[in-house]
Amino acid sequence: MRPMVEVRGIVNRFGAQVVHDGLDMVAYEGEVFGIVGGSGSGKSVLLRTILGLQRPQAGEVMLEGRNITHLSWNELRAAKAGYGVTFQQGALYTSLTVLQNIQLPMLEHLSLPPDALDALARLKLAIVGLPANAAEKYPSQLSGGMVKRAALARSLALDPRLLFLDEPTSGLDPISAAAFDALVMALQKDLALTVVMITHDLDTIFRTCNRVGVIVDRRMVSGPLAEIVDHPHPWIREYFHGERALRFGARHGA
Amino acid sequence: MHLSAEVSDGRLTLRLHGDWRASELPAIRAELDRVSLEGVREVAVDAAGAPRIDLSGAWLLREYLDAAAGGARRVAFVGVPPAQLALIDRTREEATAAPPAPAAGDGVESPVVAVGRAVVSQSRGMRDGLDFLGRVTVQAARAFGSARRLRITSVARYVYDTGITAIPIVSLIAFLISVIIAYMSAQQLLNFGAEVYVVDLVTIGVLRELGVLLTAIIVAGRSGSAFAAEIGAMKLNEEVDALNATGVEPIEVLVLPRVLGLMIALPLLTIIADGVGLAGGALLCKWLLDMPIIQYFARVDDAISATTFWAGLVKAPVFAILIATAGTYRGLQVRGSSRELGRLTTVAVVQAIFLVILADALFAVLFMEIDF
Repeated sequence: MRPMVEVRGIVNRFGAQVVHDGLDMVAYEGEVFGIVGGSGSGKSVLLRTILGLQRPQAGEVMLEGRNITHLSWNELRAAKAGYGVTFQQGALYTSLTVLQNIQLPMLEHLSLPPDALDALARLKLAIVGLPANAAEKYPSQLSGGMVKRAALARSLALDPRLLFLDEPTSGLDPISAAAFDALVMALQKDLALTVVMITHDLDTIFRTCNRVGVIVDRRMVSGPLAEIVDHPHPWIREYFHGERALRFGARHGA
Repeated sequence: MHLSAEVSDGRLTLRLHGDWRASELPAIRAELDRVSLEGVREVAVDAAGAPRIDLSGAWLLREYLDAAAGGARRVAFVGVPPAQLALIDRTREEATAAPPAPAAGDGVESPVVAVGRAVVSQSRGMRDGLDFLGRVTVQAARAFGSARRLRITSVARYVYDTGITAIPIVSLIAFLISVIIAYMSAQQLLNFGAEVYVVDLVTIGVLRELGVLLTAIIVAGRSGSAFAAEIGAMKLNEEVDALNATGVEPIEVLVLPRVLGLMIALPLLTIIADGVGLAGGALLCKWLLDMPIIQYFARVDDAISATTFWAGLVKAPVFAILIATAGTYRGLQVRGSSRELGRLTTVAVVQAIFLVILADALFAVLFMEIDF
């Protein structure tokens, strides 16, 4: 299996506070990799580092086998066209319609005729399950679930093979969250995507993830879900087997 | 090259290879356009050449095949069609049930309707503004009943933000303006040997009008915009709703401290501007007219009456109310998008400056009538 995302020995420090100290992580082609960790454990910092939004003090990030830690501005720009991201709050551009939100990356990176631009953006809208009349709406007119879907449609604008999701189901009711997970799984299969997601939602983890990486003590413990569930580290035990998690254990037989 | 076409016996075979990706769409399209469909009754697509196809590429293929099928041609795949195509077809089936998007309203509006609309929206805007001013007044009356509601620390913060930090720029502008007035008037008055009146011009001009007016305009640009942007960002972040839901009146915590703070800061800034303006006049008179400083201030004493200084200063709190309410009011109107935030911040500053100048004109008429 080809590694799509490979992180080697990342060190991130803010002043005296060490967030990551030699963190390693690999996500292979075609899998759904879940990143788990307590609040303040540096999940978002890790994501920002992988995305090239932040340069680590030490270590390397490889996307599709390409080291992105020391690229020039232009090379990094090209690398960024290779992945899609959805942010926690959706981060849709509030002054643009949903359709324009999806078209913005295409306008920046591709040279397409207007009719193709329009049809492709509407296609992206349709495959995430949004109704056609959502295209002309502004983000402030959408419900929370629709914002998540619109953000997903925008992240697919450039047909990436690599998708990063930051807390994709946070703020959704369990039924919408399940529907969103199903959508991600379906798209992952049909579009042959590699998905890396940060999530707290045990339901989502058990439904979607093949492998999980847990950030504990400034490093990552990763492996197939079934192995990680039985990891002896106290935080991981508490996460998967604490009182809160027992009902999930019963339900999923983990 | 992304495809090779082969026609035999009315059957067109398209072999796909290479990159069928979004970035290649224009090139693929051009190649497809070159394939002649003349006399073709059947199109066979062969994806065995392992093309690297993404969703955009699949969309283009689907569009082409639909167009080809339009001429009563049969379309078939040799081997397995790309998975991406299946996704598109499935989505299409679901989408056909959806109603078409409503047509946009007819563009041109009769001028009468446009004027009517403008009048209605303007008068509504004016009513809303008055309504807001009323609310602020009611909250102010309530707040003056208890020290806790007056939020002294908050008021002090705005005195600092809008007043203390504005001292350098206000001083600089006041200095330069009085220098300009002195310089320009000295050139004219020298012709009549009446250069001593330069002092009168600078003193009366700065104390009555320019000191307070320029200070108010600078503060409108600095703090009026800051008020609108701060409150607008809070609106976008639902912080104002959060305050409201906590049972805290947003006008009391967001608007009132800003209005009161500016009402304290602007008169103080005006006094500084007056002082620096007079000092600037003194310096220029010394350099340009060789007038000793002592003589300058003796002349200042002659030029002003008991009310000159107060005629300027009394306007400052009024300007402060106009600037602060315009800024906070527009900030509270922000809804939905970051563009609204920018638009309303601009509106706040433009309106604050307009209101300040309008009020200044009214003061001028009033002072003349009552001989102040």
